[in-house]
Amino acid sequence: MFEYLSYGDTGFGDELLAGTLLTLELALVSLAVGIFLGLITAAAKLSQNRFYRTLAHLYTEVVRGIPEMLVVLVVFFGASVLIQIVATWFDYNEYIEVNAFVAGVFALGLVFGAFSSEVFRGAFLAVPKGQLEAAVACGMSNWQVFHRIRLPQMWRFAIPGLGNLWMVLLKDTSLISIIALDELLRWSKVAAETSKQPFTFYIAAAAIYLFLTILSDLVRNYFEAKANRGIAPHA
Amino acid sequence: MPDFSLITQYGDRFWDGTLITLKLVFLSSIIGLMIALPLALARSSKKRRYWIPAYSYIYFFRGTPLLIQLFILYYGLGQFPMITESFLWPVLGDAEWCGLIGLTLNTAAYTAEILRGGIRAIPRGEIEAAKAFGMSWGLMQRRIVLPRALRIAWPAYGNEVILLLKGSALVSTITVWDLMGETRSVFSRTYALEIFLYAAIIYFLLTFVLTRVFNLIEKRINRYLVCY
Repeated sequence: MFEYLSYGDTGFGDELLAGTLLTLELALVSLAVGIFLGLITAAAKLSQNRFYRTLAHLYTEVVRGIPEMLVVLVVFFGASVLIQIVATWFDYNEYIEVNAFVAGVFALGLVFGAFSSEVFRGAFLAVPKGQLEAAVACGMSNWQVFHRIRLPQMWRFAIPGLGNLWMVLLKDTSLISIIALDELLRWSKVAAETSKQPFTFYIAAAAIYLFLTILSDLVRNYFEAKANRGIAPHA
Repeated sequence: MPDFSLITQYGDRFWDGTLITLKLVFLSSIIGLMIALPLALARSSKKRRYWIPAYSYIYFFRGTPLLIQLFILYYGLGQFPMITESFLWPVLGDAEWCGLIGLTLNTAAYTAEILRGGIRAIPRGEIEAAKAFGMSWGLMQRRIVLPRALRIAWPAYGNEVILLLKGSALVSTITVWDLMGETRSVFSRTYALEIFLYAAIIYFLLTFVLTRVFNLIEKRINRYLVCY
């Protein structure tokens, strides 16, 4: 049973490792895109402009109401149809395949952005008002209040929520195997089918995910402790 | 321009798929809740022989993707002749059963964690009062702890059922003909993008209605509280 998991030509160990690395890469790039989208959406939700607010709420509600898998499929197939249409404008009629990694990043980023916008909005509002008034009273400009008082403290409130969303994102990367990106689950599937040992390989994939989850837990605890330094612990 | 003839042509397949999705979500949420209750009690216990197994179960199901859990159940178990030749195979070899079992085990883990939060949030005085009345452990759990925990945890539980509904789309990967399975099949036949739009609308409506139902039940179970 274990020879299948060995490294090199005889086993699938090296393929699984490559898949794990791609999974991590996918998750990290999606995280960056998702945080970016989340911040913009949170800003839109907090803005005075009604149009921006409505747009932001619409985006969040729609993404939260439909399955992640559907988002992945819509982005992947939708993008290829769009590109095809644009290509025909330029008299290019060959079939263009959308890069699964890019589609995956976009889909996962879209989902992360919708959920994290609520986390950011909550964190923005959680900074005590008295501190902001004190900053204004000290003569700080709006921008100074934001980046000296609000931003450093926002992270403290946002980290637990972001940590949860990261866990969800990490597990959702497995969905991208559906559009044939060679990430961890895809390689496990290939290995399971060639070796006729599906249990072995899916358990191996589960174990790797579990390892990544435990690792993420530790990193989150570190960041949480770091963001909360100087704050009296709750009784 | 969207092609509405697709709706008349494939409408009954969407309907069938929606029914399967609803059936899976309904059954797995109820059975999952029944597993989650003892699991949450075990997880909250101070005795190692209770909390360690419960904690491991919860960590495994929350720490790995649902997709892989479904694959292990449906494709993985077939590796063992001991299982394929046993009386269990008619169940474990069936995609819909595996989907139901996978969703149930998964949601049980999340729900147990939510209930544990509810148990921890019960005001200490209520537990002490129950003890002062001379209630046994079992009676206290049944009359005080679990009903209170469920009420406190209800909004979070509603979120979990929504997540379960969205997660149920994954059973289409193990060949279950739920809403997502039908959608993918119709799409691969027509290559019409609006198929996904119709599926999205149905899922959106389902989550919308579920949210309302949970809010109504929340009002109902808390109606004895003064602030409601």
